[in-house]
Amino acid sequence: MNRTLKRIAVACLAMFALLMVNVNIKQAVQAEDLRTDARNTRNFFERYAIERGRITAGGKVVAQSVETDSKSFRFVRQYPDAKLYAHVTGFFSPESASAIEASENDLLDGSSADLLLRRSIDLFTGEPTKGANVDLTIDPRAQKAAYDALRASGKRGAVLALDPRNGAIRAMVSLPTYDPTELSGTNKSEVFSRYDELAQDKSQPLLNRAIGQTYPPGSTFKVVTTAAFLEEDSSRGPQTNVDAPQNLPLPNTTISLPNYGGSACGSGRVTLVYALEQSCNTPFGKIGMEVGFDALKEQTEKFGMGTQIGVPMSVAQSDFGTDYDDAALAMASIGQRDNRMTPLQMAMIAAGIANDGTVMKPYLVNKITDAKGDTIDEADPEELSEAVSSETAGKLRDMMVSVVANGTANLAQIPGVQVAGKTGTAETSNGQPPHAWFISFAPANDPQVAIAVIVESGAANVGAEATGGHTAAPIAKAVMEAVLNK
Amino acid sequence: MSEVAVSPVPMPAKRRGAQLLMLALAVAIVMGAYANVGLAIDGQIPSGMLTYGLSLGGLMLAAYLVLAKFAPWADPLILPLVTVVNGLGLVMIYRLSESDSGTGRLSSPNNQLLWTLVGIVLFSLTLIFLRDHRALQRLTYTAGAVGLFLLVSPLIPFIGRELNGARIWIGVPGVQAAQIQPAEFAKLALVVFFAGYLVAKRDVLALASRRLLFIDLPRARDLGPVLIIWGVSLGVLVMQKDLGSSLLLFGTFIAMLYIATQRSSWVIIGVLLFVGGAILAGMVFDHVYQRFEVFLNPADDELFRRVGGSEQLMQGLFALGSGGILGTGLGQGHPELIPLAFSDFIFSAIGEELGLTGLMALLMVYALIVERGLRTALAARDPFSKLLAGGLSFILAWQVFIIVGGVTNLIPLTGLVTPFMSQGGSALLANWILIALLVRMSDAARRPPPQAIQNEGLTQVFQR
Repeated sequence: MNRTLKRIAVACLAMFALLMVNVNIKQAVQAEDLRTDARNTRNFFERYAIERGRITAGGKVVAQSVETDSKSFRFVRQYPDAKLYAHVTGFFSPESASAIEASENDLLDGSSADLLLRRSIDLFTGEPTKGANVDLTIDPRAQKAAYDALRASGKRGAVLALDPRNGAIRAMVSLPTYDPTELSGTNKSEVFSRYDELAQDKSQPLLNRAIGQTYPPGSTFKVVTTAAFLEEDSSRGPQTNVDAPQNLPLPNTTISLPNYGGSACGSGRVTLVYALEQSCNTPFGKIGMEVGFDALKEQTEKFGMGTQIGVPMSVAQSDFGTDYDDAALAMASIGQRDNRMTPLQMAMIAAGIANDGTVMKPYLVNKITDAKGDTIDEADPEELSEAVSSETAGKLRDMMVSVVANGTANLAQIPGVQVAGKTGTAETSNGQPPHAWFISFAPANDPQVAIAVIVESGAANVGAEATGGHTAAPIAKAVMEAVLNK
Repeated sequence: MSEVAVSPVPMPAKRRGAQLLMLALAVAIVMGAYANVGLAIDGQIPSGMLTYGLSLGGLMLAAYLVLAKFAPWADPLILPLVTVVNGLGLVMIYRLSESDSGTGRLSSPNNQLLWTLVGIVLFSLTLIFLRDHRALQRLTYTAGAVGLFLLVSPLIPFIGRELNGARIWIGVPGVQAAQIQPAEFAKLALVVFFAGYLVAKRDVLALASRRLLFIDLPRARDLGPVLIIWGVSLGVLVMQKDLGSSLLLFGTFIAMLYIATQRSSWVIIGVLLFVGGAILAGMVFDHVYQRFEVFLNPADDELFRRVGGSEQLMQGLFALGSGGILGTGLGQGHPELIPLAFSDFIFSAIGEELGLTGLMALLMVYALIVERGLRTALAARDPFSKLLAGGLSFILAWQVFIIVGGVTNLIPLTGLVTPFMSQGGSALLANWILIALLVRMSDAARRPPPQAIQNEGLTQVFQR
């Protein structure tokens, strides 16, 4: 019987070997798939098991994890300022996250490879793993000013403020917004139904308009058209005379391009700076057709259009448009037709001019520190592109200062500070009132902040040429004052 | 001792000291795991730990003393190995009871500790009162009758109970706590019966009638017993919806038949009968067919959502995946999310918290227990002992294979307890008796033979 017993022993050994191989397949080979399966509710508990790092802005805590009494959910997320930073921090829901909570997730929850050393030390000292803290470039005073001013307008819209010298984002506001606390609870059904409510809301409160939405830039785009015009010939300047007819006939069409409200622009032949101050349409339509599609598109690209940007959240693609005939090109040159820009892109245009023609790569994360306070990563400002020469930048700056001092943007004036700016009133096709735009930077001689403001359908009909300036400029002014401590 | 010195067979040492050391180590491992759970969950050593430690340590010492007195030549490894497995089961059940979920509330670590105590007492009593296991050979048919009766007893009205879809329980009417799973004891009785029966009949069963290809076919009339066992297994499956026990019983019988007759044709016939039975059952019974469906495609979303579908299995697999190679650490995972984590799925729960590393070690411990059992069978001096030890070892391995293979989706899932780990008194008591029988036989096998030469001659007769 020993022969068969030995065979049975081999069979038993084979059974155990099979079990061991199979366990290896499950726990090593397929482990990742099984662990991350959406139906594996462990991930849900896991999210609340570790103390996520804080998100701070200028020394102020805007998101933090607080300990609870529950055995299943040890930490929950708190947003002390509720709606104010919603589009910056994002939310941390049972199954997903957004904005910084999502893009910096592996640092916030401590799983990043950058934190390996910290985790190893914690393992030996027996301390629970804590996530890293994320410090943002946001200036709390600018953020608050932008939020309050935009809210006071009662409209939807966005504000984006940059430091033109390095690209740091100082304010990022989009309205309407939401309270991230409502989407970060542990009660799944409650969170999901609230999310569905917000997602289905026609006013799109979950959309970050500052980086996630493109709009026709309207007259603010004339700055880019002017830049292309000046770059073409360095002898041109603010005093160069340009044609400014009351109506610009568009080639191969029966229509013509009028000025805003059909008004005249000076005597029909004006200086470039006058045309910009008054935001005449016809001179810039003509300039656009003269410099041509390629030069204009290239100029827009030099300001950053078409470059994939992550701040770290991904930014919607701005687009100058394609396949224009001359008539359409004239319209695109004044920011209409298929010309679509994000508020961030418009802020980068203002910032590029402010920074002597160099556009800096925008960013939102200033510094990452581990739970003990040691710096893990720090922002390193990068040049994105050389948009215009410093001479052209100087000329543009002077003209934009004149727009605020003498032109359509007088509401952006700050006593004792030179402000440069450009208003915009963008027609929308759907019969809504036009969008009000304003881009600006200040102080013009030593720029510290560059801003783009859009107020959707915010252009009140209060007389020719003053509309974009009327609603949007005061908002930008409030943010500039906050940054400049005025 | 002069006979011993001249014996051609090298004498095994008693190794009682080594066994005591290993037992202490086993108890220490279990206590360490206890402390680990407490520290992870509450940040302190569990308050009942002293009681647990003293009871387990004391009991193991008592078991050791009984063993040293009544089976001094017994295999030194078996008891410590079983202690580790039983202890880890206790720790996991305690850990599950600490969580505030549904599975947690169904876990009763104190009951399980109590059953462990009773199990060890039974182990000791078996060693004390069963001085010669060959006495069991005289009880062959009694054991068969008792086994069959126990197997069908849940079908008897009034005392039979149905739980979780399987009618495998008996109990006193009206008393919730007093329930036992008679199949666990039937298993023991039937292995004793198989061993006795096959020793008597193996010469006949080994006779060949015709040769087909490379296989010697047995005579048709000898198929009787095999068909009867096949019928009984199918009956268990049909009447009690207990796939696991059915498979366990039939597989063990075929393995013992093979050991006894040395004819691989029996294995082939057995496999064919099994496959036939399985296909038949799959066609006739929805719950059997569903097990196959789940086995083939557990991740399917529709099956996952179906009542009685693959969710239970997938939760077990999720646990394994989440545990990964090193596991989450005791008390730091979420094994309470697995349905039946304290019984059928305790292996998955261990896998989540101790990881692949822990499971490999655990499987190794089981494999060692089986190996020690089979070694006992090889060393045994008479056919009955060989068959009984071989059968008991095989049924242990087979049971681990069926349940662990089931929860890890190696084979279709059939409900069975994980020996020594799953919560439940009947299985624990039955398995401790099984271990006592193995220990008793290993003592007999390793004891220096009084008439070594004659015995060797006897063995020769039976060898082919």
